[in-house]
Amino acid sequence: MQYMALIYVDPAYQTPPGTAEFGKMMAGYNEANETYKKDGVYIAGDALQPTSTATTVRVRNGKTETMDGPFAETKEFLGGYYLLNCDNLDDAIRYAAMIPHASMGCVEIRPVMVFDNP
Amino acid sequence: MTGSGLSEAEITRAVEKIARADGGRLLSNLMGMLRDLQLAEDSLYDALESALVHWQRNGLPASPTGWIMQTAKRKAIDRLRRVANFASKSAYIAHLIELENASDSLQEQETIQDDRLKLIFTCCHPALDRKTAVALTLRSVCGLTTEEIARAFLDKTEAMAQRLVRARHKIHKAGIQYEVPEPEHWRMRLESVLAVIYLIFNEGYASSDAAYLRGELCEEAIRLGRLLIHLCPEQPEAEGLLALMLLHHARSATRLGPAGDLLSLEEQDRGQWDRAMIDEGMALLKTALQRGQAGPYQLQAAIVSLHAQAASFEQTDWREILMLYDLLVLMTSNDVVHLNRLVALAQVRGPQVALEALEQLEAELGNYQPFHAAKAEFLRRLERLDTAEECYHRAIELSSNPAERRFLERRLAGLRRHGDADAYP
Repeated sequence: MQYMALIYVDPAYQTPPGTAEFGKMMAGYNEANETYKKDGVYIAGDALQPTSTATTVRVRNGKTETMDGPFAETKEFLGGYYLLNCDNLDDAIRYAAMIPHASMGCVEIRPVMVFDNP
Repeated sequence: MTGSGLSEAEITRAVEKIARADGGRLLSNLMGMLRDLQLAEDSLYDALESALVHWQRNGLPASPTGWIMQTAKRKAIDRLRRVANFASKSAYIAHLIELENASDSLQEQETIQDDRLKLIFTCCHPALDRKTAVALTLRSVCGLTTEEIARAFLDKTEAMAQRLVRARHKIHKAGIQYEVPEPEHWRMRLESVLAVIYLIFNEGYASSDAAYLRGELCEEAIRLGRLLIHLCPEQPEAEGLLALMLLHHARSATRLGPAGDLLSLEEQDRGQWDRAMIDEGMALLKTALQRGQAGPYQLQAAIVSLHAQAASFEQTDWREILMLYDLLVLMTSNDVVHLNRLVALAQVRGPQVALEALEQLEAELGNYQPFHAAKAEFLRRLERLDTAEECYHRAIELSSNPAERRFLERRLAGLRRHGDADAYP
């Protein structure tokens, strides 16, 4: 099964580049990446640019409307994702727990929907 | 009278008995075949309904459970045929029909494989909300009806039914596998099963219900505990949990006074404690501890066993209890365990020491009724009656249960009546 792990970052935990926390976090991500690849579960994974780069798109009455943001980084925000191929939820939980932000925010895991063939 | 010579009521009773006694086993087996808990549940329900009709006409079959199992499989195939995306399911249905044809027409009940351990692990999966896991376990493994479970949790039947449907849906869609967990997941998964069983017990032992005690939930939890150690032997924490529940439950008859008031350990009639149940709990605890892997449930059982063995409240081995609490605090950084430890500390080193330690927990437990009740008790023993009174008032305010509230009010009233501590309670 494919599981999407959505990484939510808690702004209360600051890890600015150059600090010891940042180094620790990056080492954690490297380790997770290596484990995923070694175990053959890795499909994709990326970090996202901060929410200050975000644009929200809506189509209303056939017209495309865009909005700057949302910027508010006062509550948890989506910071990145992994797409993993796991046998079951237990494995997905175990791999998600290796994501450094699982201990500084949270990770939501959801199975990817498989549509029946018509 | 019906064609079978059995009355409608007798047939209904026979079917209800099967649903209760064998429902879990039948469901666990169906689930193994269907891999969809909602479909398994619905098919089993259909089969039980069908039994009511057929058995009245023809009498009980030679193997009632075999009959129900066979019928449930056919009902499952019917249900699958009716769903919209038939094309994508046709291979699956063909497989089920093949399985069905391969099985004997009236399977003896002994040959229906018992997959309840898988069912327990599935229903108690840590990815399910605790309350949901409790309800699902009571429904699927214990065979309680949705109405009974709703009543136990003071919920509406409809809301409880929806909760159960959502849970089965999640199990199916989220990839919660129907297997006994693999070694690398074992600890997390067993912990979750034990926590669910203990929650069921506690809901009976200190119910939010007005009656305070709901013995049937305690008994259900004990039944589950027994089933677990039967299906999954040599697990010291599972044995520890069962021992803990038995040792608590042995005191059930003495925990409420004639007016339905809660009685403290000090006030209970120890002669009325169920000795056979205590002996069983103690023996089980001994077996568990001999495995050399102490855990929180074994330690809690050991604490309760010391109470069970003491001839009176005064003769309780509080030093040993305090030592066990010290170990327990190291294992579980649980505030409630901290609080219980302080009650033992007060017995060993006096109320002043305990009161000072208690005040450290104010931030975490300030809204927890037992915190204020314990504080009031320490203050009473220090003869600071005015402050004790305030604490009892706060505890009463925080209590949500009438029996508990009456208990606290009685303690409060007793404060002034018995000025000297020795005359209390």
